[in-house]
Amino acid sequence: MLHIVNKSPYERNALESCLRLAQPGSALLLIEDGVYAATRGNAAEARLKDAMARLKVYALKADLEARGVAGRVMDGIELVDYGGFVDLACGQPNCQSWL
Amino acid sequence: MKFGILVNEGPYTHQASDSAYLFTKAALEKGHEIYRVFFYHDGVNNASKYTEPPQDDRHIVNRWSKLAEQYEVDLVVCVAAALRRGIKDELLAPGFRISGLGQLVEAGIQGDRLVVFGD
Amino acid sequence: MSDAEQQGEEGAGIIKKFMFVNRKAPYGTIYALEGLEVVLISAAFDQDVSLAFVDDGVYQLLKGQQTKGIESKNFSPAYRALEGYDIEKLYVEREALEARGLAEEDLLVDVQVMSSAELAELMAAQDVVIGF
Repeated sequence: MLHIVNKSPYERNALESCLRLAQPGSALLLIEDGVYAATRGNAAEARLKDAMARLKVYALKADLEARGVAGRVMDGIELVDYGGFVDLACGQPNCQSWL
Repeated sequence: MKFGILVNEGPYTHQASDSAYLFTKAALEKGHEIYRVFFYHDGVNNASKYTEPPQDDRHIVNRWSKLAEQYEVDLVVCVAAALRRGIKDELLAPGFRISGLGQLVEAGIQGDRLVVFGD
Repeated sequence: MSDAEQQGEEGAGIIKKFMFVNRKAPYGTIYALEGLEVVLISAAFDQDVSLAFVDDGVYQLLKGQQTKGIESKNFSPAYRALEGYDIEKLYVEREALEARGLAEEDLLVDVQVMSSAELAELMAAQDVVIGF
């Protein structure tokens, strides 16, 4: 499954719930305000690093750049553009947006 | 791949419509098919022809209309959600049409993937 | 033939697993109500429909909702009507109930309470997942 999270972990529990219910082998894509979870030193860093053992984490580059945090991304998170977002949706059998 | 797109929020207040548009455009440019873009909840407000955003920023409604024209994308506004929010046929921007919620379910059935953009 | 029946006919043969994931409380926002409207419409399409209640979504199913004071429609009876539409798979995340001090007997409709792990497995197996 491609899990899409678009809210910051400080604002919503969407990321937390997503990580609780994501199966190993899934992909997680952070978009919009969700990209803040991909930054070094944020509150979700440890939980996300933990999750990376069982799922692949991506972040939308355009959203990171818009927010001025593209230079702060944690190791192990792959940046994608909108084309890459489309590819991720194709590559997984289904997708779920955690709003 | 055939994509169904669901847009749950209106223009400007949330980034949902922007993200949906940029995803949809990328998919089309890659040669994928967009089966339908369905606008629900406040997403119906993306269809209003009366929006007048500042000139130095993107025109969200017109962008959708242009995309619909260029690629023949089906832009559907949910009738129940539209009525609740005062969106009627005479207010629709080019390329949008009002129809039932069944069109969303159908997009889920006929598409290979349904991608949801919301709050 | 009604619109819905016609559409059902056109999609004849394709049966997909639709899961509607409810994570928001009722009344504070419209997502619970308009989400339910999608679920009811989906009944006309003969799909394999299930509902999951996670996080604050479990509050949608609480007994005793009384909305006169906020002058809004109480739509909670609609959850009881789902059965009549052959929508019987209602899954509630156990952790969500417990975190809110709720128990199965507080809910107004029969549900299947399951762990996060069990629900995760079900979710992964769906064709279409729409979160409200």
